[in-house]
Amino acid sequence: MNLWHRLEPLLPQVSKPARYIGGEDGMQAPRHGPGVVSWLLTYPDTYEIGLPNQGLQILYEILNERPDAAAERAYAPWVDLEALMRSEGLPLFSLDTHRPAALFDVIAFNLSAELTYTNVLNCIDLAGVDVRAAERHDADPLIGAGGHCTYNPEPLADFLDFVVLGDGEEAVGDITEVLHDWKVSGRPGGRAGVLRALARVPGVYVPSMYNVAYDGDRLAAVEPRHPDVPAVVEKRTIADLAEWPYPKRQLVPLTEVVHDRLNVEVFRGCTRGCRFCQAGMITRPVRERPAEQVRTMVGEGLRRTGYDEVALTSLSTADFSGIERVVADTVSGAGCGQVSVSLPSLRVDAFTVGIAAQIQRARRTGLTFAPEAGTWRMRQVINKLITNDDLYSAAESAYSQGWRRMKLYFLTGLPTETDSDTLGIAELARNCVALGRDHVRSPSVTVSVGGFVPKPFTPFQWFGQNTVAELRRKIGLLRDGLRRARGVQLKWHDPAASLAEGLASRGDRRLGPVIEHVWRHGGTFQEWSEHFDLGRWQAAAAACGIDIDAYVHRHRTLDEVLPWDHLSAGLHKDFLWQDWRDALDEVGLEDCRWTPCYDCGACTGYGIEHVVASAVPPAGGSQGTGMDLSRGGEVPVRLLERSLAGAAT
Amino acid sequence: MRGSRLRVRFSKHGKVRFTSHRDVARIWERSLRRARVPVAYSAGFSPRPKIAYGLALPTGYSSDAEYLDVEVDPVWAAGIGNETLVGALTASLPTGMTALAAVELASGEPSLQHAVTSCTWRIDAAGADAREASEAVSRAMDGGELLVQRERKGRLSIDDIRPAVHAVEVQGNITDGVRLTAELATQPRAVRPAELLASLCPPLILLRACRLHQWITTDTGERREPLAFAELSVAAAGVEP
Repeated sequence: MNLWHRLEPLLPQVSKPARYIGGEDGMQAPRHGPGVVSWLLTYPDTYEIGLPNQGLQILYEILNERPDAAAERAYAPWVDLEALMRSEGLPLFSLDTHRPAALFDVIAFNLSAELTYTNVLNCIDLAGVDVRAAERHDADPLIGAGGHCTYNPEPLADFLDFVVLGDGEEAVGDITEVLHDWKVSGRPGGRAGVLRALARVPGVYVPSMYNVAYDGDRLAAVEPRHPDVPAVVEKRTIADLAEWPYPKRQLVPLTEVVHDRLNVEVFRGCTRGCRFCQAGMITRPVRERPAEQVRTMVGEGLRRTGYDEVALTSLSTADFSGIERVVADTVSGAGCGQVSVSLPSLRVDAFTVGIAAQIQRARRTGLTFAPEAGTWRMRQVINKLITNDDLYSAAESAYSQGWRRMKLYFLTGLPTETDSDTLGIAELARNCVALGRDHVRSPSVTVSVGGFVPKPFTPFQWFGQNTVAELRRKIGLLRDGLRRARGVQLKWHDPAASLAEGLASRGDRRLGPVIEHVWRHGGTFQEWSEHFDLGRWQAAAAACGIDIDAYVHRHRTLDEVLPWDHLSAGLHKDFLWQDWRDALDEVGLEDCRWTPCYDCGACTGYGIEHVVASAVPPAGGSQGTGMDLSRGGEVPVRLLERSLAGAAT
Repeated sequence: MRGSRLRVRFSKHGKVRFTSHRDVARIWERSLRRARVPVAYSAGFSPRPKIAYGLALPTGYSSDAEYLDVEVDPVWAAGIGNETLVGALTASLPTGMTALAAVELASGEPSLQHAVTSCTWRIDAAGADAREASEAVSRAMDGGELLVQRERKGRLSIDDIRPAVHAVEVQGNITDGVRLTAELATQPRAVRPAELLASLCPPLILLRACRLHQWITTDTGERREPLAFAELSVAAAGVEP
């Protein structure tokens, strides 16, 4: 069944119709059939945001390689097409064969951001499936989810049939096998039967198999309803990234998307230990891809796709063992034309700028760093252990090598933050511009500030988020502090959106009706500022009797049951609590990749360990160790030394 | 060293016709790299491949007559046969886009943007049968003015497009409406098929449009295609009806 002939006449009436046509290079040819488990991998935001998602592309390939599975893709239709689809009775469709979503066995969502939750409901509804899991029929697709937000899926528990924690590479195969067996043996036990079987798959959480108890307003317990359902669901972790060289055929979109380039994941996991960073906590341990495999994936990927840019992705790419060699080989080994390499998530130090100088010879536009906080004290609290000198030497190095623009990312609303910490952001920015004046005309620094939202499975999960008013006041302080600072531009994330994100981030099942209320009142695409409206969330919370203050701004206590206590990212709760106490004491923690283990639980609990090619910490910068590694580690790249010498004279 | 300029003719049909002019530019840049064509780059701080795209095709329209000019390494150009190149390009293009011909241009050949003066379109429309459409077309062609409301840079204007409508013919009824062909000028400002239909009385509704030809009218009044068919290294075999 193909809906293209019904979609086609609508496309001339909508913006960016190429979002809906599929046909990308790398598109798979899914083979549906009896006994084949069909997956609709859905990103609950627009095509241009969702297509580059590497997790979705990896699972898309792995599933289509299996004889017992077929996978297609869907993205949230923009509001103009959605209105036409609803008036024409056209359901959500796959892009690959324009097949109706409800014909799939599984509709699986990638949950990367809390503000997409209302879009998840909208997509389920557009598929023609009841948004509430309890109301679904045996013939309806199973609604699943994976991705970072699933470490607290409770706000979506009413709407999801199952949730996968952690790496999906192996889990999707296990789930496929359960569904395959269930289908070919006549669907024993119906929907409840297969969900019960899924609940036994490691890493799979089936919300309906758990009872939730409350003690007054407080959550008291989340407990399995059956003896064969695990009391705590542990995340899945692939031990060796080398066994999973995916995506092998990255999708090349026909229309413009974000991150429109070849992406090669060089390692997964991060042990820098930044306390605000959920990604760094939940993806441990560090698993590097062998350098040789990175080279192969880059070379073949560029040849096949025709891209002239490759991003080496990870949570901190400069930490990859032998990063200089890989970068040098990529730049020199490229085919015809010019290839540029981008390194997202750059560490803040001069060593990193040296690497950047090697690879951005062609287009030296701007460099982005994330010091995250304005003072050394504050950065010890959050364990982002870069000194002011690290940042200044990075700035000096960048300006002296021809960059004119720098972008600095900061958080505000961090635990223990004082006004002088906030104003430290302005001081850092001003000083960077001053350093730049020695080297270039009109250097500029863009300061981008986001309100901190505490996340589950981080040491800050107990911290009461700043109010919207407090975040606005701090942004106001910064604006005043930078009013006459030439060359510094200030940008900030809407604190109102941070409040809604905070509500969904640490909410429990009682948030479900709020999310449904926001969706039913037209609140889709909440990641898009033109569609976001805090009033809708406040009205929904009021209508559902939810106290926003208690969910978002209240400090939590150690004895409190957290909504995600029955899930596990491998991290011991006492490790996180100790790290929270250390944060309040302004004590930093070294990176465990190159130092003794703190027994956070991620390795020991799962019998796995870091896969790191180099036993020596990277040169330059003190981030993550509290020490100046530029003396203890390797020598910084020569390019940098020359430029620093030049700057000194 | 000056590069050789190649002119490529290609078609665009099916789902891929919903890509925009900018999308097509990106698709070509990647396809040329995939086909390992040594494209010349501009010098300077931010080098760009030297590719000139012709008239923009409105998003959603299909075409048998799209063109681009690309500057390439002359040594390489001398060594590759046009047919080999056309095959390699088509293999690198997405489904629905087909390279039809490639020819090295003589130096001094004007750019597509300047040279092309009109286009022939096949237009499928709803809102009338062939007889009604013929009457509407006759009224339009015989009348003095053909007014359409157009937007340019956010400002509305009423333009007389009659001088730019060189010819319109009603071909006959099709299952969902009526088929026309029209030759519409591209200068000073291109007239779109949808604008032609909107200017008719009563107006017709555009179902599909396909660009069949682009024309260069020389100073002597002679009309030719940017790649005349005699020059085509590969006959337009991939062209859909």
